[in-house]
Amino acid sequence: MSIQVLESPSQTPAPKDENGRVGGGLLDPKQMIRSLPDALRKLNPATLWRNPVMFIVEVGAAFTTVLAVADPSFFAWAIVVWLWLTVVFANLAEAVAEGRGKAQAATLRAAKRDTTARRLKSRDQHTQWDVIGASELQQGDVVIVEAGEIIPGDGEVIEGIASVDESAITGESAPVIRESGGDRSAVTGGTKVLSDKIIVQITQKPGESFIDRMIALVEGADRQKTPNEIALNILLAALTIIFLVATATMQPLAIYSKSINPGVGDSLALTADGVSGIVLVSLIVCLIPTTIGALLSAIGIAGMDRLVQRNVLAMSGRAVEAAGDVSTLLLDKTGTITLGNRQASEFVPVDGVSERELAEAAQLSSLADETPEGRSIVVYAKKAYGLRERQPGELAHAEWVAFTAQTRMSGVNLDGREVRKGAATAVMKWVRDHGGHPTDEVGHMVDGISGSGGTPLVVAEKGRVLGVIHLKDVVKAGMRERFDEMRRMGIRTVMITGDNPLTARAIADEAGVDDFLAEATPEDKLALIKKEQEGGRLVAMTGDGTNDAPALAQSDVGVAMNTGTSAAKEAGNMVDLDSNPTKLIEIVEIGKQLLITRGALTTFSIANDIAKYFAIIPAMFAAVYPGLDALNLMRLASPQSAILSAVVFNALIIIALIPLALRGVRYRPSSASKLLSRNLYVYGLGGIVVPFAGIKLIDLLIQFLPGMS
Amino acid sequence: MAGALFVASLLLALAISYKPLGDYMFRVYTGTTHSRVERVIYRLLGVDPDGEQRWGVYARGVLAFSLVSVLFLYGLQRLQNHLFLSLGMKPVEPALAWNTAVSFVTNTNWQAYSGESTMGHLVQTAGLAVQNFVSAAVGMAVAIALVRGFARTKTDTLGNFWVDLVRGTIRILLPISLVAALLLVAGGAIQTFGDHFTWTTLAGGEQTFTPAAAASQEAIKDLGTNGGGIFNVNSAHPFENPTSWTNWLEIFLLLVIAFSLPRTFGRMVGDNRQGYAIVSVMAIIALISLGVTQWAELSAGGTVPQAIGQAMEGRETRFGVSNSGMFASATTLTSTGSVNSFHDSYTALGGGMLIFNMLLGEVAPGGVGSGLYGMLILAMITVFVAGLMVGRTPEYLGKKVGAREIKLASLYFLVTPVLVLVGTAVAMATETGRAAMSNSGPHGLSEILYAYTSASNNNGSAFAGVSVNTPFHNTTLGLCMAFGRFLPIVLALALAGSLAQQAPVPASVGTLPTYRPQFVGMVVGVTIILVALTFLPALALGPLAEGLL
Repeated sequence: MSIQVLESPSQTPAPKDENGRVGGGLLDPKQMIRSLPDALRKLNPATLWRNPVMFIVEVGAAFTTVLAVADPSFFAWAIVVWLWLTVVFANLAEAVAEGRGKAQAATLRAAKRDTTARRLKSRDQHTQWDVIGASELQQGDVVIVEAGEIIPGDGEVIEGIASVDESAITGESAPVIRESGGDRSAVTGGTKVLSDKIIVQITQKPGESFIDRMIALVEGADRQKTPNEIALNILLAALTIIFLVATATMQPLAIYSKSINPGVGDSLALTADGVSGIVLVSLIVCLIPTTIGALLSAIGIAGMDRLVQRNVLAMSGRAVEAAGDVSTLLLDKTGTITLGNRQASEFVPVDGVSERELAEAAQLSSLADETPEGRSIVVYAKKAYGLRERQPGELAHAEWVAFTAQTRMSGVNLDGREVRKGAATAVMKWVRDHGGHPTDEVGHMVDGISGSGGTPLVVAEKGRVLGVIHLKDVVKAGMRERFDEMRRMGIRTVMITGDNPLTARAIADEAGVDDFLAEATPEDKLALIKKEQEGGRLVAMTGDGTNDAPALAQSDVGVAMNTGTSAAKEAGNMVDLDSNPTKLIEIVEIGKQLLITRGALTTFSIANDIAKYFAIIPAMFAAVYPGLDALNLMRLASPQSAILSAVVFNALIIIALIPLALRGVRYRPSSASKLLSRNLYVYGLGGIVVPFAGIKLIDLLIQFLPGMS
Repeated sequence: MAGALFVASLLLALAISYKPLGDYMFRVYTGTTHSRVERVIYRLLGVDPDGEQRWGVYARGVLAFSLVSVLFLYGLQRLQNHLFLSLGMKPVEPALAWNTAVSFVTNTNWQAYSGESTMGHLVQTAGLAVQNFVSAAVGMAVAIALVRGFARTKTDTLGNFWVDLVRGTIRILLPISLVAALLLVAGGAIQTFGDHFTWTTLAGGEQTFTPAAAASQEAIKDLGTNGGGIFNVNSAHPFENPTSWTNWLEIFLLLVIAFSLPRTFGRMVGDNRQGYAIVSVMAIIALISLGVTQWAELSAGGTVPQAIGQAMEGRETRFGVSNSGMFASATTLTSTGSVNSFHDSYTALGGGMLIFNMLLGEVAPGGVGSGLYGMLILAMITVFVAGLMVGRTPEYLGKKVGAREIKLASLYFLVTPVLVLVGTAVAMATETGRAAMSNSGPHGLSEILYAYTSASNNNGSAFAGVSVNTPFHNTTLGLCMAFGRFLPIVLALALAGSLAQQAPVPASVGTLPTYRPQFVGMVVGVTIILVALTFLPALALGPLAEGLL
């Protein structure tokens, strides 16, 4: 679900393509128009200089404007307009990417606005308070919040229990329980108490609440360039310098070439003073990597945005990028890999007892067992053997024996029939006490189930054992496939569990993880992360408890669950608002997609230059050296139309690629070699071929304009 | 047919030498024991051969050694009339002396003079010949230091420059060039310190020659990819390169170290496949280039070649078109610059290809050492773009290519194009600069472009038509040589220092494999495309304008 749920509760969950892979938001053409004013504002050189490539384009555009004013021609003005459009398109890409975040920020702000707080005068006195604005709250203040009120700031419930509507943050409309003590004590400012009353101690500093941070993040206000983005910017700057030098130094060569061919008249592109300023700027703009330069920041913002759409808040772009580099994934067994509780998966009868007989006894004896395990036996009996679930009240004469930690058995006495189900040792003792003699067969069955990592529960009737119930952890559907994918991406998955090694191994084998850490303490977890990191690996993990905090802080990508404690949320560098630990896998994919999009568009951008050279070089020099017309592979109509076509193509390709930059290139988990082959084919080869076709097409259209021949 | 056999036998010989020579160099640079001669040298130099150096110290060593060498060579030339064995030569003009000193120290061996009428025995042997050895050894040392940057982890030291320098000279260059010199003498090259002597030429005329230690000079000039000949006409001279098989041998010497160093690299980083990948990139580019040159020359475009059937102008009849083209390709692909034919006489496109060879940055296989470090940096740039496309922070050989690495690599890549283009532009923009052209029109432009390309990339060969022994060209070309050599060296060493500090990232299937044909193809593509994009305007107005008629 999305944060935008606030606006329209029926909104569909985060967009995914048909394969359930990460996709992106759709690009609304209206959004382009809405972002136009922002795009024009961004023409301000004081902000644009941060993007060196586009800054050069702007300087070039300004320079050609002066030239066009001094010596107007249709060709000159056409180039001027398209150069300016190039810059505007680049700004538009960034503005559109930011615009999507701004809408979300607006709804978040609405949640924050006008909140007041009842600050208690003393922690123990719940009757005396001041009413102050939420923004005036200091760290450590204690406030009281009652049903219908908005919680004024992030904090810890120190007293009471309440149901809280957190939809303002998570988009999830079902209320959650928040209570003092334990791992569910954290509350977030801007959420609404639905029932009861809680006393909250504020843990945030003024202006640094979770919602403040969310607003800043989705708006991209404090967006800092990520390491790979910086590195890529350096490479782009270097390429820009090279092409600037290549074009600038061409001038003396061009002047010389013109001077030794005195018979050739001046052309629009080349005179005795060399290549005209307009053409020279056009060449520079076409050669420097404008495509990637224009889209680079939009790609980064959109990457963060894709996470937000999946209800994950990354505290920094660096963390998103690190997610792409992760090579070890630590996953908690319970809740992430398995459904969480052990469930009945098999009834194993002893000789002489039918499975159905055993199932019936097992169900009967579990009706009074309200533990999740007990429920699962009833459900399994119904599912596998069609045994109708009976309510305890239905059997009037029944005397129910509830499960207790002391007896470790549950059962029923019904019409003289006594049935029990429970821990093997307890039930065996009960059978012996009633004069029965459990056979070795039972012992073997029990050992067998324990050995496979399952939990055996013995079912007995007075004096004889009927059989054994096999309880086991049920691995979530599709986990093995996800882990196989991870392996193909070169990511090692490690399952963390408190179970003994035997049980852990069984689950690990079933789920298909690469490794497991059994009987894990928080210290073990931390040590494992440090060990992996020493080997140069990047580690990602999820966590929610306070004892996860050190490990979350140590890991390179630490995803805290929103249901978790504030210590965990502080320690991690991402928060999953849905509190779904499996999402870690999606986060990794989004990180990778972000990097791939940058690399692919860089390759595309550079590959484009080949076609542009073939358009512009003959246009400049074929007059002096007719042989160079052989380079005019596209057979463009005239030098003017060739140059203008290249410039127009260079501008339009930015607009054409905005959706791709926002959505990210298609990503499917596979090995590096396969990914590279595919992307090289699409964006490398495509980058060479597409502009040839595009420039030719534009030339076919614009050759009819005045001044093009 | 003979041409194909020539190339095939050469390839075979290089393939055979790859492992043994590469492994031998690996042992030379990783061994821990010092020979007695070496110990004496270290004591004289006052260095501790077991002391490890950080990149800055290493770089200072390179620069200090080179500066002293330049000053020494300059002094030797200026004062040669006061010293012995001068053969009565006058002191060398200041601008030329500077140019020549820089030229030999930077492993360029650009010669704006004719050897037989300018330099006496002392300058040739104690000055220029010594530099032929040590400038080559400096290049190899820097390459080895960069490789150590990849191979080492969590350290800030890169080895010891003085040890690498001395070992490269004594253990690699000296023994091989000794054997090669003997072979060349056997082939008819001269080796004498005697006085001028007279010789009856094939045409029947009498000619007086300056005697020289030509065979030994020839051996190291090729082996160390130097290129500075004793005689003005260089390896076209019958006393330097007497027969077809010495021609073969000289080409082999040009290529053998540069083509074997990738093996040393593979051994040092503990993965021979990486070495094969790099050598494949070098070989593929070299073969493409050779193919284009031979096609251009043998198809003989241009008026005169078409009239006489083949492009024989400027070639020795002993070698013919094909073997001359082979030598020309090898000498421009490596940073050697020795010639056995006049590149000025090549067809427009053939000559353009020779320029392009140098513009590649001398990486296929390039100069001894410099080729390897140049190629490794191109591989890093390739890895950066390709690595992003597989969705990870790019890594090469387990080292991350981050902002700092890409900054140094980009600056490295910027140096020579800027020098070539600015140098050419300044020369073409000034009257004095243009005066050097012996032809007008696009060919004249090619001559100037060739000169600045050759100097900036430390090649040293020339389009013979150009007359560059003027203060303007001696000075500017000298600057191009010095910056073109030492800026990249400092950047490569800084990069090595940064890489050595990193902890390695273990490889997984998510890591871009850098030993597969896929990667080899990418490096070839990136290298050719980047260079083509950078220089197309200049090439269009020179060789292309002339060739595409």
